[in-house]
Amino acid sequence: MESYALELIEKGKRIDDREFDEFRKIEILPNIIKKAEGSAMVKFGETKVIAGVKMELATPFPDTPDEGMLVVNAEFTPLASPDFEAGPPGEDATELARIVDRGIRESESIELNKLCIESGEKVWGTFIDIHIINHRGNLLDCSALASFVALLHTKIPKLEDNKIVRGEYERALPIVHKPINITVCKVSDKFLLDPTFEEEKILDSRLSICLREDDKICSLQKQGSKEFTLEDVERMIDIAMKKSKEIRKLVEQH
Amino acid sequence: MVKTDEKLIVDGKRVDGRALNELRKIEMTVDIVDRADGSAQVSFGNTIAVVAAYGPRELYPRFLQEVDTGILRCRYNMAPFAVDERKHPGPSRRSTELSKVIRLSLEPAIFLEDFPKATIDVFIEIVQADGSTRVTGINGASLALALAGVPMRDLVTACSVGKVDGELVIDLNGIEDNNSDADVAFAMLPNKEKITLLQMDGLLTKEELMKLLNMAKETCKEIYKLQTKVLRQKYEVV
Repeated sequence: MESYALELIEKGKRIDDREFDEFRKIEILPNIIKKAEGSAMVKFGETKVIAGVKMELATPFPDTPDEGMLVVNAEFTPLASPDFEAGPPGEDATELARIVDRGIRESESIELNKLCIESGEKVWGTFIDIHIINHRGNLLDCSALASFVALLHTKIPKLEDNKIVRGEYERALPIVHKPINITVCKVSDKFLLDPTFEEEKILDSRLSICLREDDKICSLQKQGSKEFTLEDVERMIDIAMKKSKEIRKLVEQH
Repeated sequence: MVKTDEKLIVDGKRVDGRALNELRKIEMTVDIVDRADGSAQVSFGNTIAVVAAYGPRELYPRFLQEVDTGILRCRYNMAPFAVDERKHPGPSRRSTELSKVIRLSLEPAIFLEDFPKATIDVFIEIVQADGSTRVTGINGASLALALAGVPMRDLVTACSVGKVDGELVIDLNGIEDNNSDADVAFAMLPNKEKITLLQMDGLLTKEELMKLLNMAKETCKEIYKLQTKVLRQKYEVV
């Protein structure tokens, strides 16, 4: 299967007949978990990811006493793929969570300074948990999108005597920027987006690029064990810029 | 993490007196771990990495072996005393991710396919941290691998670049790193001019990024000269 996918790519085709810069069908289902303060399931074809946001009271870091906290965690649950095993997050899950975290944090998407309750003592912590439900490739872009949509729908709970009243809400989580993560993959001399599971196995390398609505780059991560050139990087960024606008538009409809 | 409101660049001079495109003092010492097959200590200013390479050696347990290729394993670890506030010993999410990207940055240089069923192990200990620790570790790892006699296509040379106080700079120190507008970790095969590590966080326009990557490329070539110099010295006939 993999060698067939490669053969096709070299001929300019893909295993499911998509264009190289075409995503599978994207489905965005916000608010699917009622117990969470914000949530979303995002599907890229058969790839399915749920992101849930819980808002909890937290103590701020000493060097940012007036800022809310952001924590991103990912679980590659064993139900999602025969390759995943139960247990604490492994290397790939840890990397994925940290890339999603950087995209949201560095884009300054959440106004963290509006999440302060008592300076130096108490702030809101935004905890994003990513659960992979079905792994058919491109987990990173799917997880980043699910996390961002979940944030857009997150509400801050009401406080009474400094205690959280679950199920009653004060206001929406202040979101001011819109980061979209696009992973551009390189196979021989071709660039493609949204790889399937089979295509992922034959990739030379990929670059995950997180972009804001003003085209500012907020995070980059090279993945895969083959090298690429400076010219490749420039081309990959152009491809990601174009696609990120398209996906951001899609998010705005939800 | 130390945040500061102070200006970090005044009249084109950085907090440690450097120009924008000036490296810190770099020291490279080889063979500092006698038990290892290859080892090196590399320091960039106050950042010190001790690196040892073992192998190629047989990989156990056997089910981890790959029949058609050898594998590379890397461990990036930071000593509890390497930073201002004691770092909790043992692996963290950060060290897990860095170990992975460091491994991927070295893999393209090594003829792993020549060593089926074997492993090559690289251990990086950051004994003092003042910014740019992962790239300092990679520079040391590349030396340690070469000294272990591992066949390589090229060395791997790494550096950091970034945007501090609105200016584009190379080789960020700790305070610059913690207060930067953006920072980039970069590694390449200097002769092939191929990128093997690229991580960035912060906010940059595409133009700024491309400028930084070109600065990183030139900086790596400088560092490469130091790496080859220290390797040559070792094998020079006295």
